[in-house]
Amino acid sequence: MRKLTYREALREGLSEEIERDDNVVIMGEEVAQYNGAYKVTEGMWAKYGDRRIMDTPISEAGFIGMGIGASMLGLRPVMELMFFSFAYVAWDQMINNASAVRYMSGGKINCPIVIRGPANGGTGVGATHSHTPENAIANVPGLKVVCPATAYDAKGLIKSAIRDNDPVYFMENTLLYGESWDVPEEEYLVPIGKADVKREGKDLTIIAHGRCVILALKAAEILQAEHDLDVEVVDLRSIRPLDEEAIINSVRKTHRALCVEENKPFCGVGAQISHLIQSKCFDDLDAPVKRLSALDAPAIYSEPLEKLQLPNVDRIIKAALSVG
Amino acid sequence: MPTLEVMKKDTKTNLEGFAAAPVNLSLKPADKIKLLREMIRIRRFEERSLKAYQAGSIGGFLHLYIGQEAVAVGTISVGGKHDHYITAYRDHGHALTVGMGMDECMAELYGKATGCSKGKGGSMHYFAPDKNYWGGHGIVGGQTPLGLGLAFYQKYKGLKGSCLCYLGDGAVNQGAFHESLNLASLWDIPVVYIIENNGYSMGTSEARSSAFQHSLAKRAEGYNMDWDVCMGHDIYEVRAKTEIAMKRAHEKSRPTLLEIDTYRYEGHSVADANKKKYRSPEEIDEYKKTKDPIYLFKTKLIAEGVLTEEVYETIDQEAKNEANASAKFAEESPYPTEESIQEDIYWEVDHGRTSQGRIFFNDEQE
Repeated sequence: MRKLTYREALREGLSEEIERDDNVVIMGEEVAQYNGAYKVTEGMWAKYGDRRIMDTPISEAGFIGMGIGASMLGLRPVMELMFFSFAYVAWDQMINNASAVRYMSGGKINCPIVIRGPANGGTGVGATHSHTPENAIANVPGLKVVCPATAYDAKGLIKSAIRDNDPVYFMENTLLYGESWDVPEEEYLVPIGKADVKREGKDLTIIAHGRCVILALKAAEILQAEHDLDVEVVDLRSIRPLDEEAIINSVRKTHRALCVEENKPFCGVGAQISHLIQSKCFDDLDAPVKRLSALDAPAIYSEPLEKLQLPNVDRIIKAALSVG
Repeated sequence: MPTLEVMKKDTKTNLEGFAAAPVNLSLKPADKIKLLREMIRIRRFEERSLKAYQAGSIGGFLHLYIGQEAVAVGTISVGGKHDHYITAYRDHGHALTVGMGMDECMAELYGKATGCSKGKGGSMHYFAPDKNYWGGHGIVGGQTPLGLGLAFYQKYKGLKGSCLCYLGDGAVNQGAFHESLNLASLWDIPVVYIIENNGYSMGTSEARSSAFQHSLAKRAEGYNMDWDVCMGHDIYEVRAKTEIAMKRAHEKSRPTLLEIDTYRYEGHSVADANKKKYRSPEEIDEYKKTKDPIYLFKTKLIAEGVLTEEVYETIDQEAKNEANASAKFAEESPYPTEESIQEDIYWEVDHGRTSQGRIFFNDEQE
C-alpha cells in the first residue's frame, strides 16, 4: 500500500471534501499563498483559488468567529489555528458561541465548523505555543474533540469532521506531520467516537490519544522484548464522543490500565478515563489504574528538559512496570 | 476614500428632511402605521415583562429596550430577503420587529417550554433563523464576528444581502469588534455595524469609557470604512441612513459603521442597582419629553394626517392587550421537562447519531 505523511493525508482529505461540497472553505493564517505554516494546505490555494482557500489576518477571535457565524447559515468552514494554543485568543467564540448557540436557540441553529491545528509540545517553542487543550474543550457540552495519531486516521477523521453537523475541534501534532503510514487510494471515512486497538495484548491496557499512541506502541515493543509484558494499546482517536466500550472491553481482558497523555495531570483526559474504569470495571481490575501525563508545569523551553517533562518511551515503560 | 461628512455634534434633528428621503417617501400610510405599531408593541411588551419580573415570575437578567424602539424598527424595516440581523443581549425589540411573537418571547422570559428557545436561552438569547434573526448574544461584542460571518455567507453565495450587526456603545472597546471591522473592510464584507449608543456601558458613561473624537463611528476611518451618525429617536432618519448603508452593502459589498444615538429609560438591566445614580432623573425626563421616539413619530403622523388620536389609542390598547395575553400564555405554559436538559446540544443527538461512542457524561449514570 502507498505511504502518505500525516500532513499529506490531511491535505488529501481536505481536498476531497473541498471538491465534494461547495460549502467547504478553508481559512486561516498563511493557509493560502504561503502554503500553510506547516504545509498542510500546500498547493491548495493554487488549485482551488481565492474563493475556497483564504489567508486571514492574525486575528483569531475575528476570523474564527466569522467562520462560526457563516456556519450558522450552512457554510462548512475549516479554520486553521497555526497552533491550537492560539485558541485562547478566540476562546469566547469557540466556547461561548460555537458550543452554546444551538442550545440557547432551542435547537434552531447548528454550527458545522471544523477548527483544526497542531496541539502539542515537544518542539522547544515554550509555554505559549505548547498547549494541549483537548481536556478543556471536551469539558464543554456541544463540542467534539478529535485527536488522530496516524495519517490514516487523520484523513478519515478530517473527512468525517467536515461532514459532521456539530462543531469539531481537530487536534493534530507537528511532530507527526512528517511521519508516514499506509493510506489506501480509495476513499474512506473514520467515524468520530470510535477508538482503535492499535496493538493487541493481554497483560496491560495503555489508553492514549494523539502522538502518545505512537510512543505507547514503541514502549509496548520494548516491554514485550525486555519484560515479557504483553501490552494492548487503545487509541481513543476521539475524546468526545468517547468510545467507552473499547476501553471497557480491553480492561476486562487485561485487568490493568495505564492512561497516557500529553496534558497536564489535573483534570486531564486520563482523570475521566480512570474514573470510567473504576466505575465500570472495578471487579475486573487487578491493580489501581495509573496515569502518565506531562509533568505539572508550564511547557519548559530547554530541549533536554522538555523531553523529560512530556511522556516519552522511557517514562511509559516505567509507568507500565509500576502498575501492580 | 471618502467618508460621509457628518459629524455627530453637527447633526440636526430634521424630521422634514429625512421624511423626504426616497426610502420614506415610498411609505404608504399603512406602512407608517405599521412602524408605529411595532414600536408600541415593543414598549408594551417590555413594560409587561418588567411587571412580571417585579412580581418574581421572571429571573435572571432583563435588559429593557424602552426608549430605543426606533432603532430596531427603523433599521429592520429597510431590510429584505437576504438581509440578516444579530444583536447583543438587549434583544427583545429586534425580535418582535423581525416578527417573533409576543407569546414565545414572553414564555422564554418565564423559562417555559413554549418559549422561543424552549426556556433554554432566556432574555438575552432570542433566535429566529427563519426570520433571519441570529440572536440575542450575552457577551459584550461577542456577536460582532458572527455578524461578519452571516454577511460573508451572502457574499460567498453571490446573494445581494447583508447583515445588520448591532452592538452597544460599551462594546466598541472589545477586541473582537475591532478585529471584525478590520476583516469587514479588508475582505469587502457586506456588514453594517450599528452602534446603538445609549450613552452608558452599564453604569459608565460614554465619556468615561471610550476615547474618541466627535463620534465612536469615526473609528471606522482607521479601517478605511464608511461611517455615519444618526439620531435614533427619529425613525425617518434611522431608515434613511440605514438604507444608505445597506445599499453600500448590496451594491458595493462594502461595510459601514453606523452610530445611532439613542437612550434607554431603564437601567442597564432590571438588576441595575445604581440606575438612578450614574445619571440624573432630569436627564431621563428631558429625553422622554423631547426625544421619545414613539411620541415624536405619533406627533409626526398626526401632522401628516396619517393618524388620529383615536387610532393611536386603539393601537396602544391592542398592544397592551397582546402583552397581557402573552403574560397569561407564559404563566399557563409548562416548564421544560427534565429530559429536555440534554436536548438541543448536538445536532446529531437530536437528528440521529452520525458518530459513535458516549457523548454525555452524567455522573449519576456511572
